[in-house]
Amino acid sequence: MGYDAPADLSSGISACPACVAAPSAQRLAALQRPETARLILSLPTAHCAVCMSTVEGALKAHPGVSSARVNLTLKRVSVEAEADVTAAQLAEVLEAVGYEAHELDPGLLSMTETDRQGREILMRLGVAFFAMMNIMLLSVAVWSGAEAATRDMFHWISALIAIPTVAFVGQPFFKSAWAALRVGRLGMDVPISLALILASSISLYETMHSGEKAYFDAAVMLAFFLLLGRYLDHRSRALARSAAEELAALEVPRAIVLQDGQEFLRPIAQVAKGDLVLVRPGGRMPVDGVVVEGASEVDRGLLTGESLPAFAGPGLAVSAGEVNLTGPLTLRVTAAGRDSSLHRMADLVAVAESARNRYTTLAERAARIYSPLVHILSFSAFAFWLWKTGGDVRFAVNISAAVLIITCPCALGLAVPAVVTAASGKLFRKGVLIKNGTALERLAEVDVVVFDKTGTLTLGTPTPSNLDTVSAEDQSVALALAKASSHPLAMALAGRISGVPAPVTDLREVPGYGIEGQLNGQTVRLGRAAWVGVEGLAQTATYLAIAGQDPVPFTFTDQIRPGAEAAIAGLTLQGKRIKLVSGDTEAAVHAFASQVGIADWVAGALPAEKAAIVRGLADQGHKVLMVGDGLNDTAALAAAHVSISPAQALDAARVASDIVLLGRDLAAIADATRIARQATKRMVENFQISAAYNVIAVPLALMGGATPLAAALAMSLSSITVSLNALRLR
Amino acid sequence: MQILTVLIPVSLFLGFIGLVAFIWAMRTRQFDDPEGDASRILTKDYDDKPAP
Repeated sequence: MGYDAPADLSSGISACPACVAAPSAQRLAALQRPETARLILSLPTAHCAVCMSTVEGALKAHPGVSSARVNLTLKRVSVEAEADVTAAQLAEVLEAVGYEAHELDPGLLSMTETDRQGREILMRLGVAFFAMMNIMLLSVAVWSGAEAATRDMFHWISALIAIPTVAFVGQPFFKSAWAALRVGRLGMDVPISLALILASSISLYETMHSGEKAYFDAAVMLAFFLLLGRYLDHRSRALARSAAEELAALEVPRAIVLQDGQEFLRPIAQVAKGDLVLVRPGGRMPVDGVVVEGASEVDRGLLTGESLPAFAGPGLAVSAGEVNLTGPLTLRVTAAGRDSSLHRMADLVAVAESARNRYTTLAERAARIYSPLVHILSFSAFAFWLWKTGGDVRFAVNISAAVLIITCPCALGLAVPAVVTAASGKLFRKGVLIKNGTALERLAEVDVVVFDKTGTLTLGTPTPSNLDTVSAEDQSVALALAKASSHPLAMALAGRISGVPAPVTDLREVPGYGIEGQLNGQTVRLGRAAWVGVEGLAQTATYLAIAGQDPVPFTFTDQIRPGAEAAIAGLTLQGKRIKLVSGDTEAAVHAFASQVGIADWVAGALPAEKAAIVRGLADQGHKVLMVGDGLNDTAALAAAHVSISPAQALDAARVASDIVLLGRDLAAIADATRIARQATKRMVENFQISAAYNVIAVPLALMGGATPLAAALAMSLSSITVSLNALRLR
Repeated sequence: MQILTVLIPVSLFLGFIGLVAFIWAMRTRQFDDPEGDASRILTKDYDDKPAP
């Protein structure tokens, strides 16, 4: 292009050199204030046609929203809206029409790559199906006795369809077989590729020489069934991965940074050590830090398992993940992002995870026996017939190709993916998400179940437990005080006490301590033991002090999670040993254990002790299922044979576990172990079925009695049987 | 047997139409939300401009 080339008109930039800086500034502005934004929200409770129109209608009625579309399969809604519409507003709108909604980080939902792979396999599957059906039609004519020129013509047409199809459709197998051969291994794909290539070329040779037997139909059918298994496998993986991504995207971590007295909302990645961060009541600490201003209480339940909130004032070190309860706190950041204690924990988990990936699955064990056996059979058949016929290569290759096709791992390739798809679909509908491919098999082997208490068997929300021993006057005073606070204990009291609140005036919340007010000229207080002037009890409690009277304690117990008892009963019925390991105080754990009927419990366990208990059980030869939600459980979750955490659990705990419960109900755990055992049983049955087919068909092929018709029958029958067997799961 | 020269191309052609339709459906993302699409026909909202 010459020097006088016109400026690019499409971008609309004038030729003046001074304006060169303008586009980037414009672009920056556009990036910061996009005209429309795409928001994605997760809708875990959407399930029907009415849900879709309610959700879409409600969102479209919200000002600024231009379009909303629900994806019921992924249980998500994606919204196109103006830039000033936030996900929190939309979540409120959906909450109002009765749907739980959570913001998802669109950046983390990178489905494109898996999407592309899935579509590629699906396309090959479609091509293979087309080719298979057409060749099958032509083959029926040959099987029913077409002869001479007619047979040759049919073979030629089949060849024209089959050879390009095998070349296109077989690529995934050829590639992975080549990769395996280069490192000197014999995977499943080596015999598959060999069968595809050998069957196609010997059939082409036979066709050229007007031979009787051509295995084009068998070759294409082989490719079709194997691709089907591969597609099912890919789909269940992709579903699990997208759901895991969704869980990761659930927490969009932001922090309020204070700079020159102004508040800025920043992503956590932009917070540096030494910054001042404001944490509002009810918020979770985004960073590790030291309190420099404010007084409050912090809930460390997720980190330590303690259910009693701790006092927080200037000088106290707090770590990311703790929840600030009553007053605003200003923190000086000591570690953020990658260095924070939350992330260090997640890194430890990643190390532990790699150990678990060494688990050998049933399919791998089957492939280890199968792969060498097929090669030995095929080559010995070739050698034997070469010797027997005195050097008839054509006949020997024919036999050896027939052996390869008959022993085809169709059933083997479908046996596991079909069962896994059926089982994980069944579990997904029950709200159980399998994150890890081998988790189902590991879950089936479990014989000991270790539960965490706070947040796992309980909801982590307190309920008052001694209201019937407190007088009605004291209750009404407590109600008046509790109504003024947003502290979880106060809110629990306000929710449970019925009646008319006492006429308390001058209500004032003292962050970190409690609430005080005036009643008939006397000061009344509801709050921490030390503040009202008594010795604290061993369990979670708040205290009411009316001047001139002894302070009255209100004790709390944690609310049991729905389905916890059903899950424990179900697991006991399946003959599993159940153990409760908690970081909470002995009194609280003892009371809870007797309530749900667990005889074997440990209280006051530190994170390392929890992991040690799990490892100790594993050393005794037990396969441990760990169910936990907190940061103090992550080490134990990673150490266990298989682990489950609820969706409300902290990010690190969900990362560490293989299975996530999407609903609040725990009863699904008992279902999950039952279905896992059943699924493993079906897999073994499927292997037996395909072995049985081979036992009948292989000698036939070795003797040279395998016709193309027999090969096609054996292949389709065994594939259909294993698929049907997989569907028997209930 | 002359009929074969007509019937075989016809059957191949029909099969090919099916294959092309399948690939088109896949490329235009018709399989992204099978559950939603199955339920969507049941909605009672009058909608003369369905969302793409």
